[in-house]
Amino acid sequence: MGLDLPFLFDTLRQLLAALPVTLALFVLSISFGAVLALGLTAMRLSGIGILDRLARAYVFVFRGSPLLIQMFFVYYGLAQFPAVRHGPLWPVLRDPFACAVIALALCTAGYATEIFRGAILAIPHQQVEAARAAGMSGWLLLRRMILPIGLRQALPAYSTELILMVKSTSLASVITVIEVSGVAQHIIAQTYRTMEVFLCAAMIYLVVNFTIARLVALLEHALTPHLRGQPLSVIAAAAAVPVERAALH
Amino acid sequence: MRKLAWTTLTMLAILGGATLQAGAKDWKVVTIATEGAYEPWNLTKPDGTIDGYEPELLRNLCGRMKLECKIVTQDWDGMIPALQAGKIDVIMDALSITDERKKAIDFTLPYASTPGVFVSDKTGPLAKAPGSGTTIKLANDGPTPSMDDLRKAFKGKTIGLQTATVYEPFVVNNFKDEATIKEYKTAAEHDIDLVTGRIDLTFDDATYFTAAFAKPDNKDMTYTGPQIGGAVWGPGEAFGIRKEDGDLIGLFNAALTEATKDGTVRTLSLKWFKLDVTP
Repeated sequence: MGLDLPFLFDTLRQLLAALPVTLALFVLSISFGAVLALGLTAMRLSGIGILDRLARAYVFVFRGSPLLIQMFFVYYGLAQFPAVRHGPLWPVLRDPFACAVIALALCTAGYATEIFRGAILAIPHQQVEAARAAGMSGWLLLRRMILPIGLRQALPAYSTELILMVKSTSLASVITVIEVSGVAQHIIAQTYRTMEVFLCAAMIYLVVNFTIARLVALLEHALTPHLRGQPLSVIAAAAAVPVERAALH
Repeated sequence: MRKLAWTTLTMLAILGGATLQAGAKDWKVVTIATEGAYEPWNLTKPDGTIDGYEPELLRNLCGRMKLECKIVTQDWDGMIPALQAGKIDVIMDALSITDERKKAIDFTLPYASTPGVFVSDKTGPLAKAPGSGTTIKLANDGPTPSMDDLRKAFKGKTIGLQTATVYEPFVVNNFKDEATIKEYKTAAEHDIDLVTGRIDLTFDDATYFTAAFAKPDNKDMTYTGPQIGGAVWGPGEAFGIRKEDGDLIGLFNAALTEATKDGTVRTLSLKWFKLDVTP
């Protein structure tokens, strides 16, 4: 297999033209999915039996069944019912892109719910008690304590979910959405050059996922100043201050 | 350590055995890939066995060639790569002979030659497009004046196609400026979207539709516009075989010539398509 550079560049150009669709699928489904997951997490942790059960059932279904099948159900399955085809939601459900976003969002919400729940349960009890002792409760406690600490703790696991979602967008091609891997399969069907085309596609996904991983790492760094070692200059400055003044700090 | 050595030896032995088998090509067993989902060409019966025009013809040919034929099912869009990678030996999936495909693989003699046709909703405005009920022959898949009336009729509509078929360049070349073209992995999927109204038209093999129309869900589907045949689809449908397996092509061609001469191809064609598609 000789290296055919013009073909590789042309393939890369065609694949990159579809990258906006892949990114749009990702951003929209993650946004809707995260909001849904926050709601489901609240239900899970509400302590109210029926809400808890509903959220558990949701996670069971959407985390437990293949995304490909969920996508087929949303796109082909729902359209089988005349009530859906003549209902108010048909303009949305008629569109393959919207169906792909819905299926991706529903699926990621199932995974994210468990990630968020774990992160919130991992907040040390002492910190919550300290906040309560300082007079915080309800929304204030949620806004100042639980969400920021929870988000920080969820990030490592959630970044994996984000990367999985970028790759999951490739399933949208089965319901006629033309995204990166759909274009790749189309080029293969025309040229029968499987390896070169898939390599180009894999490179694009690698670059996207590398960027996402770095962005999440930056966010994590910004949110955890207290876990970093102090810069040497600060330690040196502290050492230079007389002992009694340092103690006052 | 000893265990590791044994494992390595065993694996070498297995690998060696496999290489030896692959090297000796006196063709006793042939692996044939089909989609098993393109009725009446090939279909999967409820009990999981494969039937249809092609499998029945294949069984007949394999008897003549004294070969053991193993049919496997896989998706259409991965078939040519699978053939090139040596996972299968023969493609049997209403595969049309085209110049583009000839660059990648070789073909046997054709065993069918069938027209393509548009299909729409019986109750919709496109049901009686210009040329309905006639047959035209086209020489190539470039834009042609004989499609002018259809172009006008299909303005602003959406056409569904199975991806990577011979119909794709024809429909794209002739209708891409007037209509939106959507691609599907399987023919059954464009049928669903036609019935649900996501698309207005599909284009596929006329013989495929005869079987598709028989399904209760598709009762509102109807042919529209002329049946399109001729050199546009190439010499016809044939078995696809790797370029280096010329000996296998020879075996198939001899058996096919016999089966065409003694009327087997015609009999099977009438049984499955209700018309003679002998090339």
